[in-house]
Amino acid sequence: MNSINRISGVHTATYLPVDIAAEQQNARVYGNEPHPAGKIALGLESVSLSFGGVVALENIDLSVRPGEIRAIIGPNGAGKSSLINVISGVYRPDRGHVRIGHDRFTNVPTQKLVHLGVARTFQNLALFKGLSVTDNVMSGRAHKARSTFLGQIFGIGRSPSEEVDAHDRAAKILKFLNLTDVGNRLAGTLPYGLQKRVELARALVAEPALLLLDEPMAGLAEPEKVEMTKFIRAANREYGTTIVLIEHDIGVVMELSHYIAVFDYGRKIADGTPEEVRADQKVIDAYLGVAAENIDGGGI
Amino acid sequence: MTIATLEAIPTSYTPRWLTPVLLLGIAYLIIPLVGTSYLFEAILLPFLALSLAGVGLNILTGYAGQVSLGSAAFLAVGAFAAYNFNLRIDGLPILGSIFLSGVVAAAIGIVFGLPSLRLRGFYLAVSTLAAQFFVQWALTKFSWFSNNSASGVIDAPPLSIAGVEFNSAVGRYLFSLTIVAVLTFLAYRLVLSQTGRNFIAVRDNETAARIIGVPVLKTKLIAFGVSSFVIGIAGVLWAFAYLRTVEPAGFNLDRSFQILFIIIIGGLASIRGAFFGAALLVVTPLILSRVGSFLLGDFFDSGVLDMSQRIVLGGLIILFLILEPDGLVSFWDRIRKRTTTRLLRQ
Amino acid sequence: MLDFDWQFFLEVLIGGLLSGVMYSLVALGFVLVYKTSGVLNFAQGAMLLFAALTFVSLVEKGIPFALALAITFGVMVAIGIAIERVVLRPLTNRPPMTLFMATLGLSYILEGAAQLIWGTQVHGLDLGIDDIPFEVGGVLISQFDLFAASVAAVLVLLLSIFFRYTRIGLAFRAVADDQFAALAVGLRLPWIWATVWAVAGLVALVAGLLWGARLGVQFSLSLVVLKALPVLVLGGFDSIPGAIVGGLLIGATEKLAEVYIGEYFGGGIESWFAYVVALAFLLIRPSGIFGQKLVERV
Repeated sequence: MNSINRISGVHTATYLPVDIAAEQQNARVYGNEPHPAGKIALGLESVSLSFGGVVALENIDLSVRPGEIRAIIGPNGAGKSSLINVISGVYRPDRGHVRIGHDRFTNVPTQKLVHLGVARTFQNLALFKGLSVTDNVMSGRAHKARSTFLGQIFGIGRSPSEEVDAHDRAAKILKFLNLTDVGNRLAGTLPYGLQKRVELARALVAEPALLLLDEPMAGLAEPEKVEMTKFIRAANREYGTTIVLIEHDIGVVMELSHYIAVFDYGRKIADGTPEEVRADQKVIDAYLGVAAENIDGGGI
Repeated sequence: MTIATLEAIPTSYTPRWLTPVLLLGIAYLIIPLVGTSYLFEAILLPFLALSLAGVGLNILTGYAGQVSLGSAAFLAVGAFAAYNFNLRIDGLPILGSIFLSGVVAAAIGIVFGLPSLRLRGFYLAVSTLAAQFFVQWALTKFSWFSNNSASGVIDAPPLSIAGVEFNSAVGRYLFSLTIVAVLTFLAYRLVLSQTGRNFIAVRDNETAARIIGVPVLKTKLIAFGVSSFVIGIAGVLWAFAYLRTVEPAGFNLDRSFQILFIIIIGGLASIRGAFFGAALLVVTPLILSRVGSFLLGDFFDSGVLDMSQRIVLGGLIILFLILEPDGLVSFWDRIRKRTTTRLLRQ
Repeated sequence: MLDFDWQFFLEVLIGGLLSGVMYSLVALGFVLVYKTSGVLNFAQGAMLLFAALTFVSLVEKGIPFALALAITFGVMVAIGIAIERVVLRPLTNRPPMTLFMATLGLSYILEGAAQLIWGTQVHGLDLGIDDIPFEVGGVLISQFDLFAASVAAVLVLLLSIFFRYTRIGLAFRAVADDQFAALAVGLRLPWIWATVWAVAGLVALVAGLLWGARLGVQFSLSLVVLKALPVLVLGGFDSIPGAIVGGLLIGATEKLAEVYIGEYFGGGIESWFAYVVALAFLLIRPSGIFGQKLVERV
């Protein structure tokens, strides 16, 4: 098996049918049942972060179990993106720890993130505009390369087989996300919705155990949202990927997530199943007047 | 919008290798027969050396996005290193000296690339000037580098490989052409490899590159090293094949800017672009001087020529940045596409 | 160390600080433009050369000092505005590095044009201040250096007042803080940029006269940008105090190094020493003297 398995209790995604079956079962097992202790894909322990006196995150605890789709919602400025940036090591928290699988960090090492089985997308697209779509997705395998640049120039050693492998995996993911036809286009020339999808492809090709999605629906038209929802769910089911997503579209969140954490002013004010969160008075208050009707699953 | 309506890049009907092979065929078989010594000495030899320097800088600046204002320093390192290897190691073949000079340039390039690990953008660009001034100073100051000649002047050794002499104009042309062709091919291989993708990833979004696991620091240093290697060897060609006599003062800041201009005008992140840009930069002054003396007669002396060259060059840079930011390469591709579609329609 | 000549040391130090002010003056022109339009204007040196050459040529043609100054100022303002119109406006929204390269091209045009119009010979420039040393408490100080430093200090002060207390200055600072917000509240950006480029022209004029008087007015005058760049790396491209302190720091260390350790290197180290100082400083403190550490946005 070619999985990384750096994180115990989390199956790194592979293409083997056995795994898919196991993960599907896993996903089904969750429902609302409590999880065996110790099985954690991602954990935040009393994480606080501030920028020059402005509190972005205050004493956040969060625990995400393997195979789960966990949404993080909240009004603008609630600290959601800061949270993802702390998890991916872009920001260093003032206090607290981040647990990724078995490893516990005060400051997540960004450069090692992918080796810990974590991949992410970005709120404002962060594709490599000067690379083709295929190359963008192949760059998601950069961390796997063991060949030297000299080997790559002369086509010796592991380099040719690595190149074929990366290309094949990219092709598979592109097919999975219906992107095959635009494989040769420069990423920067694609419409916004497709660029979002290419970002998802680039993250998925790394076969992450944990996938962080920062507003995957932002800027998408309704049909694109439906498709994206389908892809995220498929990634979760077929590859068993644990997913943490930040999203404003409450309709999508309610439909997609197993659990939802609600943030307001840097604090977590609720955490539970969609039904629990929907009924939570604090959540209703936080959203009151902003998107009260959206709580009922309307979408904007 | 559905994906199906988006056109993919049209695949060209001619195989990729055809154009380079045709060009090389002409360069090896036809030009040596018909070329005059003026063509070799004044146009093709500087063109080849500058093109190679452009290829080198394009790896660093065009692909990896690290702007360098100190390219001439690495031309100088290459030229003086090759001179010294040739002078001081008995029996080392000329190609050995050239290769080793590239290695020395690469090593120095990596040292001066170290600030790139901490600095970005303008801060890095300015810091590359340190290489420019330090190298020029060291080569002038320590006469050991020029075997104690006055003001650091060095004379090129004779060029011969396995007993075959390459000292005539045609010979030096073929010598340069071969080295440029080989290194260009290898550079082309590099930019299409995983490392090449890493270059562009670091250039386009360093944070995202780091997060998806691109080894950012290593990638930057490879870019500095490879780029300096290529520029160093271009420096050897400049000194040994083109000018035959060089001094450190010839590798000044203007030379660095010249190479930067080559890749801007030719096209950033394009191997072909370096050749387009170098061609324009070599030919423009020649045309300018002909046209100038034709129109203005005696008034157009070397001083006026020099100044009008600066003005034209500066103007060209600005024009290209505004009108054709992807350089002559994209201009060329557009024209070619238009003519082929027109031909196909007929 | 007992024999250490403190008086000599102090002389070198003060000389260094005074020439540092001259570096600051050039750096200031960069900072003004960078703060408002995000352009690292490499042509600042060429503008300086153009100003000095124009002024000195006018004076040599018999035009009175004050009138020549006024004409040159007018020319520099016109050039500044023309640069904004012709070069930078078509490049709006392009990457900062593209704008920088455009100013590189611009410096070629200005250098070429200046010398095509006024010739390439070296002109002496006499501002009426003799470069004679005078003594303060046993320390010799160059009168000219002191004069130049005072002029630079006055200019910095005037610019600070201008930008702090006038309407234009307020708009300028708003643009420096946030271009989009400034645009949103109805500030006319092109007009502000034109003003800034005109001011950059003024700074180039003053710096050109001071440097020209010291070095002679000739092509190499445009190379004083190379003295200002390490100052900017040290002080930050967007910080006026950084340009001042950076200039003093570079000026002082450069002179001290030249006098005390230069001989070990065989002399002539001033071409690169400032860069090494700036780089060494940044390796220890990547955000520069006053620069704020920017939070990465992803």
